[in-house]
Amino acid sequence: MGTISLKNISKSFGSTQVLNNLNVDIQDGEFLTLVGPSGCGKSTLLRIIAGLEQQTSGDVLIDNKNVNKIRASERDLAMVFQSYALYPHLTVRRNLETPLRLRDYNAFERLPLIGNFSPNKKNKTESINQLVNKTSETLQISELLDRKPGQLSGGQRQRVALGRAMVREPVAFLMDEPLSNLDAALRVHMRSELSELHNSLKTTFVYVTHDQAEALTMSSRMAVMIDGNLLQLDTPQEVYDNPSSLSVAQFVGSPKINIFNGSSDSSGTVNFLNVNLKRKSSESNSDLHIGIRPEHLEITNDKDENTFSGTVAYRENLGSDIYFHVNIEDNSKKIIVRGLPQFTHQITNGSSVNIKRDSNKALLFNQTGMRIHFNNAMG
Amino acid sequence: MEAKQYIGEGWKHAILIVGAIVVLLPFYMMVSMSLKSQQEIQSISGGLIGAQETQTFPVCVKTGYSEEECTMKPYKYNYWFAFEKAPIPRYLMNGVIVTLSIFIIQVLVALPCAYALAKLRFYGREFVFSMVLFCLLIPVHGIALPLYVMLAQAGLVDTYSALILPWTISVFGIFLMRQFFMTVPDELIDAARMDGMGEYAIVWKVMLPTAIPALLAFAIFSVVAHWNDYFWPRMVITGNRDLFTPPLGIREFRGGIDSDEFGPMMASIVTVTVPLIVAFIIAQKRFIEGITLTGMK
Repeated sequence: MGTISLKNISKSFGSTQVLNNLNVDIQDGEFLTLVGPSGCGKSTLLRIIAGLEQQTSGDVLIDNKNVNKIRASERDLAMVFQSYALYPHLTVRRNLETPLRLRDYNAFERLPLIGNFSPNKKNKTESINQLVNKTSETLQISELLDRKPGQLSGGQRQRVALGRAMVREPVAFLMDEPLSNLDAALRVHMRSELSELHNSLKTTFVYVTHDQAEALTMSSRMAVMIDGNLLQLDTPQEVYDNPSSLSVAQFVGSPKINIFNGSSDSSGTVNFLNVNLKRKSSESNSDLHIGIRPEHLEITNDKDENTFSGTVAYRENLGSDIYFHVNIEDNSKKIIVRGLPQFTHQITNGSSVNIKRDSNKALLFNQTGMRIHFNNAMG
Repeated sequence: MEAKQYIGEGWKHAILIVGAIVVLLPFYMMVSMSLKSQQEIQSISGGLIGAQETQTFPVCVKTGYSEEECTMKPYKYNYWFAFEKAPIPRYLMNGVIVTLSIFIIQVLVALPCAYALAKLRFYGREFVFSMVLFCLLIPVHGIALPLYVMLAQAGLVDTYSALILPWTISVFGIFLMRQFFMTVPDELIDAARMDGMGEYAIVWKVMLPTAIPALLAFAIFSVVAHWNDYFWPRMVITGNRDLFTPPLGIREFRGGIDSDEFGPMMASIVTVTVPLIVAFIIAQKRFIEGITLTGMK
């Protein structure tokens, strides 16, 4: 089992409120990502789960047991840190052994020399060795066991740090931005490896990241946190397609979602940049934000009442896609449009273009940033 | 251009060489005088090692040895007589006992203090640290007399305790180790806590091994200061020659009825200085190699 429940968790450092009444239920075997911009409190929340930090109020339940008063080491959780935090003076083998030695040996058996006289120590040592060997085979670090962390590359240290977490076979893994110190290529590679590891271990993973791409690719559910508040907790696809608020929509997705200022009239018809949406807003007579993702905009040759025009300010070629940053009349911000290379390769900086939008893809938000729904899907 | 550069480098080296000579000259004199005869020392002749003529030494005869025993080459006489006149091995052993005890207890006190001041959050931490800094400003000589009185009241004058106890809490050590611990990432400590270590285990099993370079720096300061200390042993060791530390031992050769005899005196100083220099050379190599913190980056 490995369920973790957070009930009404609040945390403040002095007068600064870092976490604001959070409720999260993490299911057994789930890969839950806590994602948000830096300083949103996600690492603090993870440290509260780990027991390294004490919440100001609220309860942490692991397997339905309240662990508020239980020390970090006795919560049976393992943590992987951004800087790996390997013991620099110990070999990889000793690094992996340390959590097991501390858990399995009693105080007497841990003593140097005379500890060896304890009758049970031999059996315990054997089982520790077996666990270390098994883990290092899984992670393919067997040949590194006699080296010191200083002699390893970033990716190898990452594996060792994972191994140190795995040997204990904890009820859940807590990971605090474990991939941030790796280079881009290795990071993408480790993402898939972590997912595979999660599939084979079937243990609960709680993963903290500021990188929405990691959250979208790996998690079974993601929790978007901004300024100490939990804004949305759902599957990555649902968060992407159906963000609950403007902040979530802007945080998730790269490049960022385009936001237009518009308004609805008394019948609920939404108007922006002289374009009317077919669907009617449930909130009439108000100022609105209209969000459209770059992939739902398209560069077109035709010009009609549903398109708007602008000039390309910057062309960002990613090979598989080209993103155009376009200046639109009457809109202070640049908008970003995705183009497919085969259709748009002739468009250069300074070109005038017409932009068409896919129907039924716009998202509405009110002035406070809350999501507004359309009256009916096709209306 | 290149020639100019060489001249510039030459100037730098010339200045450095002059500095090195100024620093090394007393050591040269010390070694040289420990090898030469009294006449050569007083007439400032004979270069580094003197003529090394076999002769009979009057002070030796006056002390009660036979003329035959007192006839030998100066270098041999100086070192032999130094060891004859004063129990130098005993003084060296006292020096080792005192400096090592002081250092070990200083570490036992300073490391947990420094850890708490650097890594634990508690009410009044900043105040305690400012007190530590404040204590750095108090000169030892200012509190010497009250300390002596307290030791005398406790009946500890003329004991090893009197030499060791006043130095066991090193404010400088706490400060130095605290500054080093500040650079150790918090994540390493959190990892140790997750692994199940208590705070004391963290100090000795995680912080201590990562702090070896800083600890060696502190060891050099501490050992050199207390090995060479003359002031404090002179205060608290009033009569018992068995408790003399090396600097007190050297004093044995000063003045007295025999008049000053510089050869054996310098020989004893060389004997006292050499262990320190050797220890420093060994520690320095270790110090530079050090255990680095690369494992965490």
